[in-house]
Amino acid sequence: MLSINKAADRDHLIIELNGEVDASNSVELDEVIQQALSEDSNKILVDGRKLEYISSAGLGVFMSYLEDFQEKNVSFVIFGLNEKVLNVFHILGLDQLIRIRQTQEEAEQALYEV
Amino acid sequence: MRYELKLYCEKSRLAELRSFISEVLVPAQLNAISQNQLILAVEEVCANLIIHSHQCNPQRYILLTIHLLTDRVIFEIKDSGKAFNIIEYKSPEINAVVKEKRKGGLGLLLVRKIMDKIEFETDASFNTCRLIKKLKSK
Repeated sequence: MLSINKAADRDHLIIELNGEVDASNSVELDEVIQQALSEDSNKILVDGRKLEYISSAGLGVFMSYLEDFQEKNVSFVIFGLNEKVLNVFHILGLDQLIRIRQTQEEAEQALYEV
Repeated sequence: MRYELKLYCEKSRLAELRSFISEVLVPAQLNAISQNQLILAVEEVCANLIIHSHQCNPQRYILLTIHLLTDRVIFEIKDSGKAFNIIEYKSPEINAVVKEKRKGGLGLLLVRKIMDKIEFETDASFNTCRLIKKLKSK
């Protein structure tokens, strides 16, 4: 099960992931990011504190937007991942390509860095 | 110990697969990270078969057998779809995945990084993929 909540805060969009992302529902995550881009959000924060599991289908969604983020100057930060989920990013070295922070405060700081 | 699951080819059943593996692995007393890695690797192979070899046809199924031994765990995944040889498959480079904005291709890379050994064989009736992980002695 996955539920996704969106909220606006100052100049950024917060996408909160709740549950498990796998091949059965990664399209929902894809739609939310796609929509954020089409609405010209240029600061996107992913709240992963309640994310219990992610498979390659979910990782693939993030990876497929990295070029768009760069082209459109979108600042993108993920925070609050538990050790299991963070480890999955580490296995593939994705933490080198995506900015990942521990706390919301650190993530917001990274988001508003020039 | 030997455990078996008949998994019908629907993506919505992946959650059921994860709970099955996590119950079977309880006696192995793995830490949360190692247990999650094994669940993930098996799910990646099964998701791949469900989607690409069986086109999510719920009439078809995959047979997962888990052999939990003292020094290793063996996940045997059998199906009768078009043979997908995981050993011959070349995983893409991460940079190419980003450049081409690909959403797939990372799964089997994860499987290779997580497992100690991967075997594949096929005969007239079944394809068998075996994922083997050594367990640290307590």
